Amino acid sequence: MPLLKVENLSVRYGSIRAVTDISFSIEQGEILTLIGANGAGKTTTLRAVSGMLKPTGSVHFNGHNITGTRPDILLRQGLVHCPEGRGIFSNMTVLENLELGTFTRHDNEQIHHDMQSMFTLFPRIKERLKQNAGTLSGGEQQMLAIARALLARPKLLLLDEPSLGLAPQLVQTIFKIIREINEQGVTILLVEQNAHMALQVAHHAVVLETGSIAMTGPASELAKSDAVRKAYLGC
Amino acid sequence: MPSALDATTNAQLRRPNLPLITLPWLACALLGLAMLMLGRFLGSYQETLMQQVGIFAIAAVSLNIVNGLAGQFSMGHAGFMAVGAYVAAATTYYGSLLHFNTAELQPGLFNFGHVLMLIGLLAGALVAAALGYLVGLPSLRLRGDYLAIVTLGFGEIVRVLLQQTSPQVNGKDPAEIAAFTDAPLRTLARIPLNGALGFEGVPAYATNLWIWTFVGITCLAAYRIKESSSGRAFLSIREDEIAARAMGINLTKYKVRAFVLAAFFAGIAGGLLAHAGVTTSPIDAGFQRSFEIIIVVVLGGLGSISGAVLAAIVFVLLPQVLHPIKDYRLVIFALLLISMMLLRPKGLFGVREIWNILPRRAAHTKPGATP
Ligand SMILES: Nc1ncnc2c1ncn2[C@@H]1O[C@H](COP(=O)(O)OP(=O)(O)O)[C@@H](O)[C@H]1O
Ligand SMILES: [Mg+2]
Repeated sequence: MPLLKVENLSVRYGSIRAVTDISFSIEQGEILTLIGANGAGKTTTLRAVSGMLKPTGSVHFNGHNITGTRPDILLRQGLVHCPEGRGIFSNMTVLENLELGTFTRHDNEQIHHDMQSMFTLFPRIKERLKQNAGTLSGGEQQMLAIARALLARPKLLLLDEPSLGLAPQLVQTIFKIIREINEQGVTILLVEQNAHMALQVAHHAVVLETGSIAMTGPASELAKSDAVRKAYLGC
Repeated sequence: MPSALDATTNAQLRRPNLPLITLPWLACALLGLAMLMLGRFLGSYQETLMQQVGIFAIAAVSLNIVNGLAGQFSMGHAGFMAVGAYVAAATTYYGSLLHFNTAELQPGLFNFGHVLMLIGLLAGALVAAALGYLVGLPSLRLRGDYLAIVTLGFGEIVRVLLQQTSPQVNGKDPAEIAAFTDAPLRTLARIPLNGALGFEGVPAYATNLWIWTFVGITCLAAYRIKESSSGRAFLSIREDEIAARAMGINLTKYKVRAFVLAAFFAGIAGGLLAHAGVTTSPIDAGFQRSFEIIIVVVLGGLGSISGAVLAAIVFVLLPQVLHPIKDYRLVIFALLLISMMLLRPKGLFGVREIWNILPRRAAHTKPGATP
């Protein structure tokens, strides 16, 4: 049974169709990347999966139909959304941001332990706990956003363009971290415009074009396909 | 990893248990006590001013929960105050007529009149909170200006409805009192709140001792709300709603909760005002009073409780200080507000408390413990 199964999902903003009739599924433990140009409907798809938008069609998580379920309920079930543009609370300290990641949890001992593992994964964050999150660099903010999402203990983590606006060196670091998180057992739905990196790290890939699925398959095969190379890899 | 470094992070991670009585609150209590002692030497004019300061402080601290902490711009706070005021006024006034056969102030430090006031305050606060629930619901769909207009409309509706109420039972006319005590429910069903003239003759049980006790209770409650998980949810909603939702914060629940809590304490403020020896009029529900409270909250800093109290003191007392140049005092007051907004756009204290500002500065200048 796949961990996430999306069937005939459509989302509209008023009269605008942003996503039309898409279906895909993610197996437990894998990374699936959703790539596509700006405006293809990637963010919309993530928001529909995490309950922030009301879609038509169906979304199954862990075998349960979760279509249209509120995000705070889904988060408690292990479906965590790390939003586009990081969504850092910039007037709060780094520590306060992290604590909000544990908002729905009450297992204090375990939270403490999880915080420590975040500091191992992101040493830079540990040095900046008392600093306002708005004063962090772009890369640090992205790491904070990921750490905060991980503190909610996701089974499935939805990442929306984590490499957006980062220097190439940092992009490498972020993707390394994504792989590490996945190796620790977190299933990941990764939205990216950086198709080159995304196809390297992911197991499966879905290519979105103007709200519909253009291609789908194992990431390594898509990376070799001529159409993908022309449209997204620029070679 | 050096263990010293781990020790510092551990210390940072551990949240201190919230002490019920901390130094700042002890200071507030002492201040209140000092004011009471002062009260013996104060004229009635100064006492009235202090009552106004206290009531303004409660109003501002409560509005701060919804406007400051949760970032939902409410412009109908005076409406909630007025609801609390009328419920409390009617409870004490008609309760006194039934129990004492008169609405005169009963002597003594604590008597059934005070009990009536406390019942009235609680009832007023609860009714206001229920209305806060109703007004809070649209905040889920409306943002910014639109929410401001809805809440503004709420205050105006309260004002207009209060103007439609029927005349009050005259507490000085034995015949009317007798008619009322014979069939109290039939009279009360007419909603005798005295329409546009305003509700008069409520015995003034709300002395500075009572008012400042409630200032203390309100501040303590607001402080604990701010430091609770609800408080953190409010602040995160204020900063970024989408990110707050992504953290598993139920927007509906917390936005409505902010409105309910704010309305509850606004009801208390209104109830106290009704017992402070002034006429309670429908005008009190109008936008002018709401604006005044907003000014105080913005002055003190959106989210700062101590800032709101301090700003309430300044707001009520400054016009008095400027009294000698009374023709220009409103101009000077406006100029002060404008320069304040230019110099400190986040208000006196931003989201912080007075006592958090100095220690923070000190901590920053200390040589860093981490390499
Ligand atoms: N809030 C909105 N209201 C109306 N249209 C929107 C909204 N958000 C996105 N869209 C439209 O939906 C389409 C898909 O957007 P989006 O999901 O953000 O794309 P992507 O994340 O792939 O760049 C775009 O055409 C965009 O203009
Ligand atoms: Mg997007």
